Amino acid sequence: MACFLVSAAEAVVVTAVEKAEEKKELSAAEHQGAKAEMEETRIPLSRKLKWLTYMLWGGAVLLAFEHIWHGEVVPWFPFLTAMSDPADAAEMFHEMATVGVSMAVLITAVWIVMCIAANAIVKRPAVKSASSATM
Amino acid sequence: MTLLITVFAAVIATVKWYNRKDDSMRLGILCFLYWGASIMWFVDAIFEYIELQAEYFTPAPVDMLNDAFLGLSVVALGLIIWLVRLLITDPKGSVKMALRKKQL
Repeated sequence: MACFLVSAAEAVVVTAVEKAEEKKELSAAEHQGAKAEMEETRIPLSRKLKWLTYMLWGGAVLLAFEHIWHGEVVPWFPFLTAMSDPADAAEMFHEMATVGVSMAVLITAVWIVMCIAANAIVKRPAVKSASSATM
Repeated sequence: MTLLITVFAAVIATVKWYNRKDDSMRLGILCFLYWGASIMWFVDAIFEYIELQAEYFTPAPVDMLNDAFLGLSVVALGLIIWLVRLLITDPKGSVKMALRKKQL
């Protein structure tokens, strides 16, 4: 009904955090250029947060499209058809609290595993044709 | 069906990203877009399975067709989002070069 709104809300927060972190990292890099070069093997937190924002925004936008497809989201106020009836609204909030929160939690959990794996891959000794993977 | 189509799109995009020669196509964004949607639909499928049990695996042909149509539309929308972003950010400078030319 509106489960994508939970991920969209998380995406807004993570995007704001990511922008702030990016700014902080840029100013830190300006101050300590040599040290930053030494930490070349470390993946910046802002880049990792960008992965999470892409997943959250991507999922939220594509799921919003699905809701438009099923007529659950409309282009006029109150935008969610379930909001016009109190019983439907209660069901919608229940779905957001269960399905929506589970979606956001699973995406975040997958991202945490991804970050751990990425750190391990970056620290791994170089093989014959090692290439710098950027996303 | 929507979940399956999105997962296949995510896998294909990831394989293409892994085999990329350079990063100018920004395929990583497409991967994240499809994986994000796949994870969300997977959770949706789990909740639907809890509700419907075995019936979940025997959908009506009309529902299947509608879901397949939706899945393909989702894949197309993902590609459009990625393409628009690629053209706007223009990492290769191709759009800028084309716009600076007097003739197309």
